[in-house]
Amino acid sequence: MYQTTDILVNETHNDPMGQMVINVGPQHPATHGVLHLVITLNGETIQKVEPLLGYIHRSIEKMCESLTYRQFIYVTSRMDYLSSHINNHACALCVEKGLQVEVPERAQVIRVLMDELTRIASHELWWGAMAMDLGAFTPFFHAFRERETINDIMEETCGARLTMNYMVPGGVMHDIHPNFQKRVKDFLQLYKQKIHEYDELVTGNIIFQNRMKGVGYISPEDAISYGCSGPVARGSGVSCDVRKHFPYEIYDKLQFDEVLETAGDSFARYLVRVKEMHQSVRIVEQLIDNIPEGDFQAKTKAVLKLPKGEFYQRVETARGELGVYIVSEGGTTPYRIKFRSPGFSNLSILDHMTRGSKIGDLVAAMGTLDLVIPDIDR
Amino acid sequence: MNNEALHAYLTEQVPDATFDTSGEWLNVQVSVAAFRPLTEKLKKELQFNFLFCLTCVDWKTHLTMVYHLRSTQEGHHLVVKVNLDTQQPQIHTVCDLWRTAEFHEREVYELFGVDFLHHPDLRLLILPDGWEGKNPLRKDFDDPVNMIKL
Repeated sequence: MYQTTDILVNETHNDPMGQMVINVGPQHPATHGVLHLVITLNGETIQKVEPLLGYIHRSIEKMCESLTYRQFIYVTSRMDYLSSHINNHACALCVEKGLQVEVPERAQVIRVLMDELTRIASHELWWGAMAMDLGAFTPFFHAFRERETINDIMEETCGARLTMNYMVPGGVMHDIHPNFQKRVKDFLQLYKQKIHEYDELVTGNIIFQNRMKGVGYISPEDAISYGCSGPVARGSGVSCDVRKHFPYEIYDKLQFDEVLETAGDSFARYLVRVKEMHQSVRIVEQLIDNIPEGDFQAKTKAVLKLPKGEFYQRVETARGELGVYIVSEGGTTPYRIKFRSPGFSNLSILDHMTRGSKIGDLVAAMGTLDLVIPDIDR
Repeated sequence: MNNEALHAYLTEQVPDATFDTSGEWLNVQVSVAAFRPLTEKLKKELQFNFLFCLTCVDWKTHLTMVYHLRSTQEGHHLVVKVNLDTQQPQIHTVCDLWRTAEFHEREVYELFGVDFLHHPDLRLLILPDGWEGKNPLRKDFDDPVNMIKL
């Protein structure tokens, strides 16, 4: 079941060896952003996939060098814009590690709630887009129906729908909206009524299964060697959930499972994300009625100065392990900052995992990597 | 393997290595010549199979390559650092040991100008074709047209 018409043929040329080079992107519906793939084909078989990056490179790392420890967090919302809460969270945690600030428990619970709602919203978007990549349009609307509800909740409390900038060093920017708990509970109720539709529409659908099973296989050794993390690695049976292995905030006190699948193909990665949504719902349910009273922000100085040294903090975003590496010289701005973004490493395996497969399978394999291009380009 | 055992192992392998234990993980600084043999040993003997961060820091007088390593089986961490010359920074690639390094080294190559010896495909990754000269993440980089100074 190949959809060669999906691939935009910008330029083709044949060489004597029977090879053909085609360009996918930089603007193509299946790349979910401005990613440019140069694909070398022999007939329908992929011989090489070369990603060309940089179309939306903003040099966030360089920008951060001239921004203070309060300011630089806002830029990071623009990296992986589908999990901006979690990006902000990583930066806030890294600065707090340097300052050795104790975050109030109320702030910790609010942060984890926001993280998990973000994870659900991000996986929803991926789920809809994945089905659309494979030729079905309806699931996209089903996914967005629930995702919009989360965005509305975010808008009410944080004032923004995508670039929240809600987590700051020491806690969260301001307290949650009085309606927050009620609306989240309403959402959970709605979500539980609708979640079975996902499985009925896509998971159990034999057409989707045939297109995803056995496609884009990644072995556990390759997943580790290529630095894959998040659902991409967990689909190959590599246990790598930062929330379990290196717990931050209150994750070590929560009841949830790390989802592992061992098949290593696109369908395994699909299942990991769908099951992760259920786990995130579990976490939200445990916390939503148990938000402790108290401060939502620790007292910190107006101008933050990190001591001389190096600080590394990692968190589990919807796409995998995000690392923030700050090198401080003791000033108010970072001397050097590096974002180890999950998408960058996950993309690097694309060539390896699709070599030898048919061009129609490329989209099914790439869709389950869940690439967000601003996260890769930074 | 805990930090003391790692420390002892590394001192045996690279006698002139310097250590920094102030941070979260053990930091080891080695010379360019000792770097490649050490990484091979780390991969094979100590099961450091996950290179989760590879980057470079420009200290104006020299460049420092920073490799964050973790073992998914043993759970131990190590940060390996190598100082390079600013004028002609050269270091052996590690992308045959950890495949993720192929992309990360290309990124460091264009943004810092570090030459990775024996890298199979050392080309520009993010910067546009035909970009020559200055490396954007160096401290002395200046672009009066596109950079906004605060």
